[in-house]
Amino acid sequence: MEWETVIGLEVHVQLSTKSKLFSGSSTKFGAEPNTQASIFDLALPGTLPVLNEEALKKAVKFGVAIGAEISKRSVFDRKNYFYPDLPKGYQVSQLDYPTVGKGSLTVTMDDGSERVIGVTRAHMEEDAGKSLHKDYHGMSGIDLNRAGTPLLEIVSEPDLRTAKEAVAYLKKLHRIIRYLDISDAIMAEGSMRCDANVSIRPKGETEFGTRTEIKNINSFRFVEKAINHEVRRQQEVIEDGGRIVQETRLYDADKDETRPMRSKEVANDYRYFPEPDLLPIVIDDDYIAAIKAQLPEMPDSKKIRFIEQYALSDYDADVLVSTREMAEYYEVVAQQSGDAKLAANWVSQDLLGLLNKNNWDIADCPIQPERLAVLIARIKDNTISGKIAKAVFEAMLEETISVDEIIAAKGLKQVTDSGEIEKIVAQVIDNNPDQVQQYKEGKQQVIGFLVGQAMQLSKGKANPAQVNALLREKMQ
Amino acid sequence: MIKSTVAELSLALAAGDISSVELTQAYLNRIAQYNGELNAFITVCEESALEQAKAADVARAKGDTSSLLGIPLAHKDIFCTEGITTTCGSRMLGNFVSPYNATVVERFNDAGVVMLGKTNMDEFAMGSSNETSFFGAVKNPWNTACVPGGSSGGSAAAVAADLCAMATGTDTGGSIRQPAAFCGITGFKPSYGRVSRWGMIAFASSLDQAGPICKSAEDAALMLNVMAGLDSKDSTSIDKPVEDYTATLNDSLQGLRIGVPKQHFAEGLSSEVEQAVRDALAEYEKMGAIIKEVDLPNSHLSVSAYYVIAPAEASANLSRYDGVRYGYRCQDPVDLEDMYKRTRSEGFGEEVKLRIMIGTYALSAGFYDAYYRKAQKIRRLIKDDFSNAFKEVDVIIGPTSPHTAFKLGSKSDPVSMYLEDIYTIAVNLAGLPAISIPAGSANGLPIGMHIVAGDFEEAKVLNVAHQFQKHTDWHRNKPSAMAKEA
Repeated sequence: MEWETVIGLEVHVQLSTKSKLFSGSSTKFGAEPNTQASIFDLALPGTLPVLNEEALKKAVKFGVAIGAEISKRSVFDRKNYFYPDLPKGYQVSQLDYPTVGKGSLTVTMDDGSERVIGVTRAHMEEDAGKSLHKDYHGMSGIDLNRAGTPLLEIVSEPDLRTAKEAVAYLKKLHRIIRYLDISDAIMAEGSMRCDANVSIRPKGETEFGTRTEIKNINSFRFVEKAINHEVRRQQEVIEDGGRIVQETRLYDADKDETRPMRSKEVANDYRYFPEPDLLPIVIDDDYIAAIKAQLPEMPDSKKIRFIEQYALSDYDADVLVSTREMAEYYEVVAQQSGDAKLAANWVSQDLLGLLNKNNWDIADCPIQPERLAVLIARIKDNTISGKIAKAVFEAMLEETISVDEIIAAKGLKQVTDSGEIEKIVAQVIDNNPDQVQQYKEGKQQVIGFLVGQAMQLSKGKANPAQVNALLREKMQ
Repeated sequence: MIKSTVAELSLALAAGDISSVELTQAYLNRIAQYNGELNAFITVCEESALEQAKAADVARAKGDTSSLLGIPLAHKDIFCTEGITTTCGSRMLGNFVSPYNATVVERFNDAGVVMLGKTNMDEFAMGSSNETSFFGAVKNPWNTACVPGGSSGGSAAAVAADLCAMATGTDTGGSIRQPAAFCGITGFKPSYGRVSRWGMIAFASSLDQAGPICKSAEDAALMLNVMAGLDSKDSTSIDKPVEDYTATLNDSLQGLRIGVPKQHFAEGLSSEVEQAVRDALAEYEKMGAIIKEVDLPNSHLSVSAYYVIAPAEASANLSRYDGVRYGYRCQDPVDLEDMYKRTRSEGFGEEVKLRIMIGTYALSAGFYDAYYRKAQKIRRLIKDDFSNAFKEVDVIIGPTSPHTAFKLGSKSDPVSMYLEDIYTIAVNLAGLPAISIPAGSANGLPIGMHIVAGDFEEAKVLNVAHQFQKHTDWHRNKPSAMAKEA
């Protein structure tokens, strides 16, 4: 039987506000337990929530960026359940009237094909604290630093058909969120979290199969692995004559498997009702328009512009717009160096390689875009060859002096004086009579070897184009 | 002196006839004398009260002329008071010392008021007789075999017996007005949003409102001047300028249109109460007011709607009492579930548990539409009833309660207790300002009259109540049992 997979993702991102969704406590990651919990976060009697407007702005920003409907009136609800890291005994969320309604985003697959994935909604809610299950004298510990941190839960339509598509969607979402600067969106730190709803059905069937929800997936790679594992498991169950049970399953990355959560971990009736301590959020067109006006250029339009403006390949443009910082860096290099194509190669290969090797953010990189632009300009005006430029690039990591000073100090300036080059070419012809003979007999490709010899003799400083031309001339 | 109104005490303090320390000591003596009998206070703060009084006297000597400076007050034990136990009448919070002040407490502190202590109340404000308190029932100063009403029964009894000059209360379905009626004093519930709820322990968030419990409408105006106003810590508090509520107390009632809801003079109303209110209406006519019958067609639904909405909100509001962070925790829990179950079973009293169960049921999957959603629709209808009535009249007047204070232990059936608030509950559902003032007496027990006005017409309510008190002496009546001076 041929099966089709149906996947929907629920993605939680922590909105990067200074303070919590309903209190003034800091949201900084990594503080000592319970040092960032105010009397409201501790749910002391008599305390009340006040909405952080920065969180609302960020939620609306996301909605506008994916072309979603923005609710003029959205309502917070209480989601009731007991858990020690949920101090109030309810989580404040949005059920019937989320701030962000239907929208969509386009993902591009490896083969270049495009898929439009629907976003059902995105709503604001508060995060819970953390239960620390290491032993505290026979008890569990509770850390409420995270309690009340603003989350945006982004729910997709069940439009995804493969684990790869799910990852592509998630990466696209990540890219948009980072462009908007509304969240750090670091999966390893939990500032971006993903739950996957997975079901399978016979190919051609239009009804959905019974789905399971997979939780606890904390990297892009694990999203793919967890979904693939779950799809295989469901196929085996059905092909063995069994039925899929609608349940929540945890992904265990160490064992690469999913297993059902204990039934106690799955609450059933949350008894949602409108949060009476907060008024409905009412916003108008001007509010939405103001946020729209502040949107940065988004990755898709930036990519199209790069392809048109800088004559880049689709692949190069995609790499360069992968983060807003990289794109901004590239544009400085492209404009100041005067060679957009060369700039694209340098940024997407040499620079990106350097960042990956050292695990740096582009902001940490010791080579500023203005310096890289000068380096590329020197290639273009024949001061140095591309090969020498690699050495200069290495040197730029160590030296704070200018690119030209590095070239001068190391004597790396390219030899373009035709007298100098003529001497070198003459020497190469003398030293390699066999190859010269071969060339004369029509074996054109020997030229590469001879140019290489000339470059070696000049310690890489000779202009290769000049050498090439002169060699050909002399061997006529 | 202790029997005086706040307005009178304010003049006496300003004139130097008495110091705040002397006045405070007099109330403390009176508390020592009568609290054993009445059980109106859960906590008495003798030391800090005298310190505050001393500070008030010093401030006055330096030229501070704030109207409530140095006047002794009691807070209902639902308001969080920094460093002082705040129990909400429950075992659950029996050991809870608040690390912060409620906005209401803060505002009175800033006004230089002296806090004598914290008054008894129905547990988590759930009750109409003050019998559900973990700290025991409060007795009515007019007849100690009777209840003082609830849930602000401690504050009402304390004011009626002159154990304090004024007190704070909270009103979710009648919890200021009904005890004020039973104890023969003045109790005012402002419009929803007029007074901050920050630091006031929540029962039903969309209905709870703090207000004054005192000896006259003028005192209520003086207190509200301090209590009212926007608070950035309470998202439901209203950004509307606060008037000087004393400014219009003496406006003429000539031409005032008084609405009398026919539904409030129907079956169930005792004849003495009806007579007292009709006499009061005649008094208003003498002042130039015009009496008109008004229709509140959905008022018979108010108790039912209230007993869905209030318990639903309460069921969530009281989830935080889980034994994890503060308050009562059961002994030696074997696991998390055991801790939750026993902490909440042992920490809450019967009425609170009953309401948590009602609220949980009403919000449950499959019942939400039939109960909670329907109750919210009724709430809108009730609000519309009032809006329509106020197109024709300026205020609505009726009885506060169908009868006078009943005997302790006489109402064991929850539904008959819930019907206690039949005239007051609709006002909370509509969010309107309303006052109860004494308007008569039967068998030695006071009768309360209820005056309601439109949204944020606090000044109108106080004006109408004050004019009645200028022309009558019911608010001057004192319980004879408490006549003995210390």
